[in-house]
Amino acid sequence: MGIKRGLKVLAVSALSLGLLAGCNSSGGSEGSNGGGGSGKVIKIATQTPLSGGSATLGESIKLGAQLALEENKKKFEDLGYKLQLQPYDDQADPKKGVANAQLIGSDKSILGVVGHLNSGVSIPSSEVYEKYKVPMVSPANTATEVTDRGLKTVNRIVARDDFQGPAGADFAINKLGAKKIFVIQDKTAYGTGLADAFKKAAEDAGAEILGYEGITVGEKDFNGVLTQVLSKKPDLVFFGGLYTEGGQLIRQARDKGIKIPFMGGDGMDSSTLVEIAGDAVTDVYYTSVAADASKTTEGKDFSSKYKEKFNKNVESYSAYGYDSMSVLLKGLEAAIEGSDGDLPAREKVAEEIRKIQDFQGVVTKVGFDDIGDNKFAKVYIYKFSEAKYPGVQEGEISK
Amino acid sequence: MLADILQSLPQVLVDGIALGAIYAVIALGYTMVYGILELINFAHGEIFMTGAFIGVAMLILMTGMGWLAAMPAILALILVLVVTSILTGFMGVGIERMAYRPLRNSPKLITLISAIGVSFLLQDLVRFITEYKRGNYILTGPSMFNEQFSIKFSSISSSFSDAFFKTSTLILIIAVVIMMIGLDFFVNKTKWGMAMRAVAQDRETASLMSINVNKVISLTFFIGSALGGATGVLFAVQYGTIDPYIGFILGLKAFTAAVLGGIGNIRGAMAGGLMLGILEMFAAANLQLLTGGIFGAEYKDVFAFAILIVVLIFKPEGLFGKAVTEKV
Repeated sequence: MGIKRGLKVLAVSALSLGLLAGCNSSGGSEGSNGGGGSGKVIKIATQTPLSGGSATLGESIKLGAQLALEENKKKFEDLGYKLQLQPYDDQADPKKGVANAQLIGSDKSILGVVGHLNSGVSIPSSEVYEKYKVPMVSPANTATEVTDRGLKTVNRIVARDDFQGPAGADFAINKLGAKKIFVIQDKTAYGTGLADAFKKAAEDAGAEILGYEGITVGEKDFNGVLTQVLSKKPDLVFFGGLYTEGGQLIRQARDKGIKIPFMGGDGMDSSTLVEIAGDAVTDVYYTSVAADASKTTEGKDFSSKYKEKFNKNVESYSAYGYDSMSVLLKGLEAAIEGSDGDLPAREKVAEEIRKIQDFQGVVTKVGFDDIGDNKFAKVYIYKFSEAKYPGVQEGEISK
Repeated sequence: MLADILQSLPQVLVDGIALGAIYAVIALGYTMVYGILELINFAHGEIFMTGAFIGVAMLILMTGMGWLAAMPAILALILVLVVTSILTGFMGVGIERMAYRPLRNSPKLITLISAIGVSFLLQDLVRFITEYKRGNYILTGPSMFNEQFSIKFSSISSSFSDAFFKTSTLILIIAVVIMMIGLDFFVNKTKWGMAMRAVAQDRETASLMSINVNKVISLTFFIGSALGGATGVLFAVQYGTIDPYIGFILGLKAFTAAVLGGIGNIRGAMAGGLMLGILEMFAAANLQLLTGGIFGAEYKDVFAFAILIVVLIFKPEGLFGKAVTEKV
């Protein structure tokens, strides 16, 4: 009897778990606009996390892309096409991303993808895009492997990780005058890659690396590592990792009386970092591949248009979503002209996008090299001087 | 090398005792339930986590209503601790009622699976509620007790450096000591404590001596869970940020601490927790030094657990456990 009742309990808990999972995923599937309408429809997909922990960033990319698409609608109507946005939610999950990519591949009216937010999702999904020859322009992926595979359809408009680390090292040594540096990383592909690139560049520039330590993602107590920092007395701590651990590390370091500057990569570029670290966040520097849109007049125009249309403030990647979509549509336009007004083949669109050499976007100039990296991509350095996100832009470094 | 280790030792001890104190109280929950039911309550780590969330939610709510600014911080903390521990205490009783009691006479494996199920359920429930309310499941509480202190070890001997800590560390350690002494007194000196020990010894005989076994078991769950929930609040105040998955790793380590001290033994769990915390902190600070840079701080858990395995090989009943034959 006992077993039977136990099974009942198990079944009930399994069922409620399933319900919860259902609630989670239904939040983001607003994507099916219904592809009706007469004439020749061209759809452009976006694939970003619209639910879950990084939904804010994913949503901002989608909205940026949507703005660019709506501004170009008129131009394409003159060419005889109806443009449509088809948003997908990848939930920052590679499995979901690949499943969506299959749907995108089999929908013949989709001629391009703007996405993803996470390199980890982008890499497997782009294998599917390559198979169906759907061109992709990424607004946010920094992992070197995204373009290193040499896929014909994969492009990005932001800088690579192996550029960001050295750029940070250069700033730390030449601008901040750091001579003795302590490096901490979170043992993930992202954190280790960034920390290694930073360490190598810093050593080449003559700085002394006092320690190179690892922490574990998900841990909450980093006092052991920080005790080492305390006893070695460096000028600067570099952290390769994400904002959750970064924020706690900074907070616990300040509690220990470690008042030196901290530095991190774009993984620290989040308002949650400020929320976690609080006032401890002052004197923290981070490199980011995303420019501060409010620095330029084009950027300010963009921000006010965005605010007016969506009633939301721009996030770090909004303008990159916008620029990615603009680049993609420019390639599409060239492909339509090349095919005398007929619906162009996907290969043709991909080819035309790769050919773009001098496109001026809102935040970045775009020109692709032969593997799809942007030749004009820059790395930006920010500093928190108070507990307020985003930090103040301190400098920018181009290749 | 030895000079370097000595140099950082005061700091390592302070941080290690703070972390170890948390392990110790969570270990109490494991050890009490095991002692009385021979059940490893894997949901206990999640009760700790839920306590941390309830506590932080209350603190945020109180900040929002301006209460936190109006009353002394320590009073607010005590209030939150009391309410949270009562809530998690009843939660523990409820879990026992629904997920364990119906399975009490079935094979042990079944209750173990039921416990794992409950722990996943709690993780996702807390995550769902937090995400629904705040849009993000990582929660940061209001910052409290941030005054910094340093103990001037360097004035004792120049081979030590000063140890830094903040008020919340002190509060954490004091609160844990009070909880431990209180529990020890309760179990060893009161009538209900005696009943608990009797049920742990032999459930059936105890019931023949007119002890209400179910009530005693409920009480055990209440006390263990209340302590776990209160520790969750202290943890959140000490470390600032919590997420629904903190209970898993911490619970596992606390369980290990309970085994190290001899599972079923309350004083053993306290000692095991403190030992594990200090060992872990020592490894994180010195592992690179000890191994000449081959292993870094990220291997601290391997180091701590390797020592645990060695202890268990030579003293399988744990450091403080008695080699009992009729039970365990």
